[in-house]
Amino acid sequence: MRIVVCVKLVPDATASRSFEPDHTVDRVSVDGLLSELDEYAVEEALRIRDAASEDGEVVAVTMGPQAAADAVRKSLQMGADSGVHVLDEAIAGSDAPATSLVLAATLRKLGADTGPVDLVVCGMASTDGTMGVVPAMLAERLGLPQLTYANQVTVDDSNGAYRVQVRRDSDLATETVEAAAPVVVSVTDQINEPRYPSFKGIMAAKKKPVQTWSLSDVGVDPAEVGLSAAWTAVVSAEARPPRSAGTVVTDEGDGGTRLAEYLVEKKFV
Amino acid sequence: MTGTREVLVLVDHADGSVRRTTGELLTIAARLGEPSAVFLGPGIDAAREQLRAYGAAKVYVCDSADVTDYLVVPQVEVLEHLVQRTSPAAVLLPSNPEGKEIAARLAVRTGSGLITDAVDVRAATDADAAAGPVTTQSVFAGGFSVQARVTSGTPVITVKPNSATPDETAGPGVEEPVQMTVSDGAKAARVTGREARTSSGRPELTEASIVVSGGRGTGGDFGPVEDLADALGAAVGASRAAVDSGWYPHSYQVGQTGKTVSPQLYVACGISGAIQHRAGMQTSKAIVAVNKDAEAPIFELVDFGVVGDLTTVLPQVSEAIKARKG
Repeated sequence: MRIVVCVKLVPDATASRSFEPDHTVDRVSVDGLLSELDEYAVEEALRIRDAASEDGEVVAVTMGPQAAADAVRKSLQMGADSGVHVLDEAIAGSDAPATSLVLAATLRKLGADTGPVDLVVCGMASTDGTMGVVPAMLAERLGLPQLTYANQVTVDDSNGAYRVQVRRDSDLATETVEAAAPVVVSVTDQINEPRYPSFKGIMAAKKKPVQTWSLSDVGVDPAEVGLSAAWTAVVSAEARPPRSAGTVVTDEGDGGTRLAEYLVEKKFV
Repeated sequence: MTGTREVLVLVDHADGSVRRTTGELLTIAARLGEPSAVFLGPGIDAAREQLRAYGAAKVYVCDSADVTDYLVVPQVEVLEHLVQRTSPAAVLLPSNPEGKEIAARLAVRTGSGLITDAVDVRAATDADAAAGPVTTQSVFAGGFSVQARVTSGTPVITVKPNSATPDETAGPGVEEPVQMTVSDGAKAARVTGREARTSSGRPELTEASIVVSGGRGTGGDFGPVEDLADALGAAVGASRAAVDSGWYPHSYQVGQTGKTVSPQLYVACGISGAIQHRAGMQTSKAIVAVNKDAEAPIFELVDFGVVGDLTTVLPQVSEAIKARKG
């Protein structure tokens, strides 16, 4: 089974994240790392590859500035076989539709160059943008079914063709959904426990092939992506004032009573 | 003025039982134009009165079972059809996973900009009024407030629960059946099973006006948390630490990878307040915490906090509330 996992380098969520003057995410002053939610996608891709009856391959794909290659490197250290980095200045500031456009073009090129892709695995969202819409947009652009927000993925290859089934939680129900490959899957943080790269994995990753492609390599017009081509515009981005310090009391036997008094005073009771 | 252009609202319902968020979306739609509800799937008989009560001027109905039998894409096709037919001022959808994904495909299909997780949507009042509504989003775990607008196509906006108070001014709710056949291409991802989650009898987490959540500090016993929730008529939530420990189901998780809640009151019990948790609750109107650790970051957010053992503090609160209610 040929699997592509889409990965993103994001600013560390535990650091003080901010915006550039043009309202794009500041990706310079905060250290980048592989989006935590993409680790689950890489792990699941590896498990599906290793569980299949035939030899498989996992290709980690990313787009973004030079540093974004770190997201591919981490994926290779975890066990992915090869990587693709779409690197082009014009990509800066791309919104979700443009991101899905570039990823779709990259997947088409991968398919044309080295054979069809059976499965695309994504994290449920990035930890910076948090929209969670790129997997669906990617499926739309590739004309593929989407099996998203999976808590469990099962691949059945018994009849010479891959059928993919997922379990997912909607707000009110638990659903099972299935489709014939190729499909786009997104996975939640409930699906597995991502492995840490081993020393052996880190050494092996150095020898794994990573291709760097430009927008023209994948056949995307630079005018269609980037901040100036975005279909939305930020009017303003303001740091919220920190919440004003409230009252904190130490329980000396009456902490619950005092809390209840607060709730009554504020008319919550 | 925005005039009388229609604003399409995708109705969030289960077999015709309309969720509160739909009332909020119709209320927001009325600010931007004429609110039209889009009701997809079976159950319109149960939903009709509710949609009128929430002010729907029109109700488009497509009762095809394909909508519930296949994931997302059939709903996209119906909405795409309605966007072409009505040229709406905007399309509003609920900010849950399914709503966001319908919005995502619809946006790509119609060449439209998409804004997700709006906590407010206003008609533009500036010189750019023709450019469409201005949204407010809370980003970076609530650290920033971002105002944005769609600049291409039809604004497609998903809106979080509790972003408006439903206006109970009834609308005519004129029904218009949508006759269309879902394409075969839309029937690729088949829903083969759907188990409604057993109701806890408490309000739904994302819609509740009060949420009481438990974390690592519960030590696995959610009894005091549930008792307080019931005393307050609140929903129960859980931190990721509690969910990962297997103490409470994932569907109740509040935080970056769970539900985002924005209630009038959030009560954090035995939750330290890591950034991932804050991302899910920081826009709550009032925040209260009970935690043994006076240094827990959650206390930086609270309106009222108690440093103490939740196993003694929470029952005391519950008792005091019950005594007051008689």
